Amino acid sequence: MSVTAQHARQSEAPREGEAVLEAEHLRKVFPVNQFNPFAARLGVHAVEDASFTLYAGRVTALVGESGSGKTTIARMLAGVYPPTSGTIRLHGKPVNLKGGRERHEFRRQVQLVFQDPFGSLNPVHTIRYILSRPLRVFGHARSGAEVSDRVMALLQRVSLVPVDQFIQKYPHQLSGGQRQRVSIARALAAQPEVLLADEPVSMLDVSIRLQILNLLLRLKEEEHLALLYITHDIASARYFADETLVMYAGQMVEGGPGEEITQNPKHPYTQLLLSAAPDPDRLEEGGGLRKLPERRGEIPSLIHPPSGCRFHPRCPYAMEVCKQRFPKTTDLGNGHWTNCYLYGDGGTNLSGTPVVDAAAIRATNMTATAAKEGDNSGNGTGEGKV
Amino acid sequence: MIQSPVANNPDRAQTDLLLSVNNVSVDYLAGSGVVHAVNDVSFTLKRGEILGLAGESGCGKSTLAYAVARMLRPPAYITGGQVLYYPRSRLDEKGSRLASSLSLARSKQHGGNGARRPIADDEALEPVDVLQMGAEELRSFRWSELSIVFQSAMNALNPVMNIGRQITDVLRAHRPQMGPDERKQRALELLRLVGIAPDRITSYPHQLSGGMRQRAIIAIALALNPELIIMDEPTTALDVVVQREILTEIIRLREEFGFSVIFITHDLSLLLELADKVAIMYAGRIVEKAANRDLYRHPRHPYSYGLLHSFPSLHGPRTKAGGIPGSPPDLRAIPSGCPFHPRCPLVFSPCSEVRPELAPSTAATPQQLVACHLSNPTYRPEGPPTQEELGEGYRALLERSQLR
Repeated sequence: MSVTAQHARQSEAPREGEAVLEAEHLRKVFPVNQFNPFAARLGVHAVEDASFTLYAGRVTALVGESGSGKTTIARMLAGVYPPTSGTIRLHGKPVNLKGGRERHEFRRQVQLVFQDPFGSLNPVHTIRYILSRPLRVFGHARSGAEVSDRVMALLQRVSLVPVDQFIQKYPHQLSGGQRQRVSIARALAAQPEVLLADEPVSMLDVSIRLQILNLLLRLKEEEHLALLYITHDIASARYFADETLVMYAGQMVEGGPGEEITQNPKHPYTQLLLSAAPDPDRLEEGGGLRKLPERRGEIPSLIHPPSGCRFHPRCPYAMEVCKQRFPKTTDLGNGHWTNCYLYGDGGTNLSGTPVVDAAAIRATNMTATAAKEGDNSGNGTGEGKV
Repeated sequence: MIQSPVANNPDRAQTDLLLSVNNVSVDYLAGSGVVHAVNDVSFTLKRGEILGLAGESGCGKSTLAYAVARMLRPPAYITGGQVLYYPRSRLDEKGSRLASSLSLARSKQHGGNGARRPIADDEALEPVDVLQMGAEELRSFRWSELSIVFQSAMNALNPVMNIGRQITDVLRAHRPQMGPDERKQRALELLRLVGIAPDRITSYPHQLSGGMRQRAIIAIALALNPELIIMDEPTTALDVVVQREILTEIIRLREEFGFSVIFITHDLSLLLELADKVAIMYAGRIVEKAANRDLYRHPRHPYSYGLLHSFPSLHGPRTKAGGIPGSPPDLRAIPSGCPFHPRCPLVFSPCSEVRPELAPSTAATPQQLVACHLSNPTYRPEGPPTQEELGEGYRALLERSQLR
């Protein structure tokens, strides 16, 4: 395809498996509006110490509940929000997002696909105009005829055929799936190396979702794109991604090959996420809804997050040490790692078995919870009660 | 604690039926033509049963449920059919006998003496056609017999009233004989039931998280101890963990009070775990209706198969899947014959001409109804397609669509 050839000429296409975008110790604190000028400054601690790498031709999935900081990470990587601290490297070079040509070039290479295809396309413009903007802004096409050719090629690549029917349409004339294809085409128009897809299918109908994911997979193969796939659906991460990272309340808790994470989850939060995911296979295992582990609750407030590991108020295996300090990363072998004291504190633990007596801790915690609930029966899932 | 009238009464076969929907059709009179949102749909619901309605958006599942509740407003019109509701006498929340609010309203309206006759506990009363109810009957039918949990927890609550007030509002409107203290007691009891701390009764919706708002809405739906609750995508906006908690709660409350549920969602994998029976809708018709296990093990309609395989699995081999190519039809011009035929991987000659009717898929599974010519021995003597054939059909379709 001519577009691909041209792309290869413009910037040398990265080889498969090459590190493209690296995030190192990213942190983001959003300031909170306060009325008292003398009070201590408050902030929403949205992301704490996130480090990972996106590789060319590979999909990395970022999984977590809403409020876990997934979107904040995507927006930092796309240069929408400046990180509070930490560095982003593109091809090994730290990125300067202050402005000027460098930021322009970064924006070309790193593109974002938004969650809501109903809100991310300007309703007053035609598809042709929407797709022509990145082409002109990044200087990929200059004359009107060139723009038309490119727009047609883009629509063809995202399988919006017949092309001449779609080119003059407005977003409201398209279905959700077709709109999301347009947003993907718009991201591709810049000829990026990194595509950040922020829940690209969660607003779409179930029967359409896989089509969009397959389209992204095909484009990734064709272009050697480095893809970050943000989702709350761990089953689709397993289907789609090579590597999966699990986040909870702004902290990365577990990561590794997708298959490892879903079949052999180590961190208690990943286990909770998996047990909560809908899974009709359970019908065969005796049926009925599986009971959730005890000690439930919701993501804590990120203005005053729990100390140490932020999962400890909900964790059935919480220990004293969990409240004091966030554990170091323990390597479990095969690229699988977790931040959890159950498996050690830093270093390697290739067997992946808990280093402490998990069953005993769980039993103690359960009796403690039962005693607490005895005093205060019917205590709801309180916010701010940490 | 409220005594459930359903729980301990085994010998009431004739009162088991709660709702019988017969040939209901709903049209929207839009400026650009008539949208046939629901076409000739029939189903029955037993007491204490959870019926799942699944399908893509725009297949008519919400319209159908709102038609049952008589909640549709113009331009939607119910153009035909019958919704028979089988009321029975039962105890109200306070334990005093409520000789079915329906028959009371009816006797008031018609000046009859139905309510004066002593009514035995759990006695089945004459079925009522919901679609023929007058305003007063409808008023007593809604919420005390049938209540609804609306889709978006974020918008269904009034932002300027605290949740306690919103719960007591229901009681004030429907149980005028209750005093303020009684109402408050009942509100506290309801909050406890759905797992909200009683001190939250004075909280406003914005002070609650999404999951708690959804619980509060469920509490409002339970306020009058209804026989039937329609739940329209109650967990779609929620996170998986919270979603699971809410569903566990619904199951527990169902066991305690024995109400029936019509559960609407597009998430078939969730529905299979939750519902007893599942009806799959496509283009305003039910295309397959079966017990959850049957549907999971052997979906007979190609659409059900496609929908079921649109979800990546958490176990087993990672296979390439493609969803269902194409998009749902325009309900102003539904394709002739089987509405699914333009997207179907196993389409053959009769599909575009003759509309299939719901019929048992095989003689061995009389409970699994499917509207598909593939299961009709007249057109296909070898019986319904096997799972391998369906899978092969979708694989071929996927390859063809990728070549394009």
